[in-house]
Amino acid sequence: MPLTLRQAAIALGLALFLAVPLLAEAGASPALLGLANRILIYAIAAVSLDLIIGYGAMVSFGHAMFFGLGGYVVGIVAYHTFGGEPLLGRSGSNAALLVWPLALAACALLAVLVGGLALRTSGVQFIMITLAFAQMVFFVLVSLQSYGGDDGLMLERRNMLPFIDISKPTTFYYLCLALLVIWTVLCSFIVNSRFGLILQALRQSERRAVNLGIRPFPFRLAAFVISAVGTGLAGVLWANYARFVTPDMAAWSKSGEFMAIVVLGGLGTLLGPIAGTAVFIALEQLLSIWTEHWMIVMGPILTLIALFGQRGIAGRVFGGRRD
Amino acid sequence: MILLIEQLLNGLQYGAMLFMLASGLTLIFGIMGVINLTHGCFYMVGAYCAAFVVLQTGSFLLGALAALAGAGLYAVAVELAVVQWLYRRDHLYQVLATLGLILFTNEAVSLIFGRRPPLMDIPPFLQGSVPVLPGLEYPVIRLAFIGMGALVALGLWLLVNHSRVGMLVRAGADDREMVSALGIDIRRLYTLVFGLGGVLCGLAGVMAAPLLAIEIGMGERVLITTFVVIVIGGVGSVRGALVGALLVGMVDSLGRAYIPQLLQLSLPPSVADTLGAGLVSASIYVLMALVLLVRPLGLLPARS
Repeated sequence: MPLTLRQAAIALGLALFLAVPLLAEAGASPALLGLANRILIYAIAAVSLDLIIGYGAMVSFGHAMFFGLGGYVVGIVAYHTFGGEPLLGRSGSNAALLVWPLALAACALLAVLVGGLALRTSGVQFIMITLAFAQMVFFVLVSLQSYGGDDGLMLERRNMLPFIDISKPTTFYYLCLALLVIWTVLCSFIVNSRFGLILQALRQSERRAVNLGIRPFPFRLAAFVISAVGTGLAGVLWANYARFVTPDMAAWSKSGEFMAIVVLGGLGTLLGPIAGTAVFIALEQLLSIWTEHWMIVMGPILTLIALFGQRGIAGRVFGGRRD
Repeated sequence: MILLIEQLLNGLQYGAMLFMLASGLTLIFGIMGVINLTHGCFYMVGAYCAAFVVLQTGSFLLGALAALAGAGLYAVAVELAVVQWLYRRDHLYQVLATLGLILFTNEAVSLIFGRRPPLMDIPPFLQGSVPVLPGLEYPVIRLAFIGMGALVALGLWLLVNHSRVGMLVRAGADDREMVSALGIDIRRLYTLVFGLGGVLCGLAGVMAAPLLAIEIGMGERVLITTFVVIVIGGVGSVRGALVGALLVGMVDSLGRAYIPQLLQLSLPPSVADTLGAGLVSASIYVLMALVLLVRPLGLLPARS
């Protein structure tokens, strides 16, 4: 059976990601595994954000708050597990199966609150309000003096999973890859389900959808929460990857970065943002090696992407929307 | 009582600064439909230009002129180079394009003016304090800030509601095609409004320079607060920006003064300090959430 371009691209991408640890071990570059791992983690956040921007036309400029919160739940629990005094009478736990769901639940709760308020508006207000709430989360994290304030928190060690040992870089890498694949497959089921079609109908014409008897708010809120949980998962993985969380994880610039990645990759394609992440992170890495003032190049690149990159690098391959 | 009045004046001063920034931003959005993240950069450029010229010449007036000119010209340059291509695009692309400009501006400013934050003294004629009430001395520069805010509000009201340019601007916001059909160069008008927004940012920058730290990133911090102001007041409305700026200014300065005190009454000091610091920075966002619950479009939306 001949492969379509899309299938070929997926197979190629997956093969590349699978091969990275082998390449790194073969001595190509020890930093390669770390770089690829960062790409995987950011890609989970990018796919999640594409779910609401690309399919739901909800331009969230505050998704870093879920990234930061997910990371901080892991960090705070670890702080109380190793060394710190017990929190609310509990001494903490290092079991990933306990801590990670807790972090994701916290993100879902925050998303219900923020989404519930922000979805009362739309368009430019939605952008500003999500940004403002993310900034609030940022300031709250900065003010947590007992958890390091500005400087953030170091994690003693990674969380423990049964059967596999994620303190080994390669194992952790494959875990991230598996989670990215599972999450992307899940998201593509979601966007092709009845729920996803309603979400897209609301994007194309809210009035028409409403006249067909759809109440927009619950669908949008559900999508917002799903997206927040995905971004929170990325935050959880980041905390485990870097063993370090800082308030910068929730900074407005991080939200902007996520958004840029999604647009660069191609809105409404789910797979495009993964390619977008790879290009963006690699570009960032190359430029920062080249010059200390890499922002002066990266900034105009973002501007050019916005001005000319309507469908993103992968929009053609993965068949994104054309509006 | 003295503390309360002092905090109210502080709130008024902060509100005046927020209004200078928010009025330009909300005009730009209301008229051209562009969400412009570089607005905070204009403020930073203004402050840096002022500090640089004051350091070179020693004259505050020259510094102020440099701030207005620098911020205004940079705004015009940004409009001509980037923003004019974004008027009909989705907000997402406007955010992304202007975000790129923020990164560029921050790096360029630190390359041009150096990494070390410049200092700017309060000019001699604005130094010292005057008695406002028996027992309350208040710094002259902050009073001047409040006065300048009032002047800007009055000036904008006259400009928008009682001048030919203002009439064209309002007409252009309602129906762009019709205004062009009547022989008005709407492109020039947009550039002009953008430049005006930049000049107001420069004004805020030069007034704030002696009071706040001049540093890279000062623009974004105040930009996000400006967004809160605009959302509270109603996007696109200058009156809304005024009300929002005053509300945010008051809540912020009263929160700073009273939230820690109130918490200390009921909680142990260590908890109260941590919680207080968090609550103080969160207070304006809580205000925004409350306003949104009651009026999703803001207090004084531009159009219903």
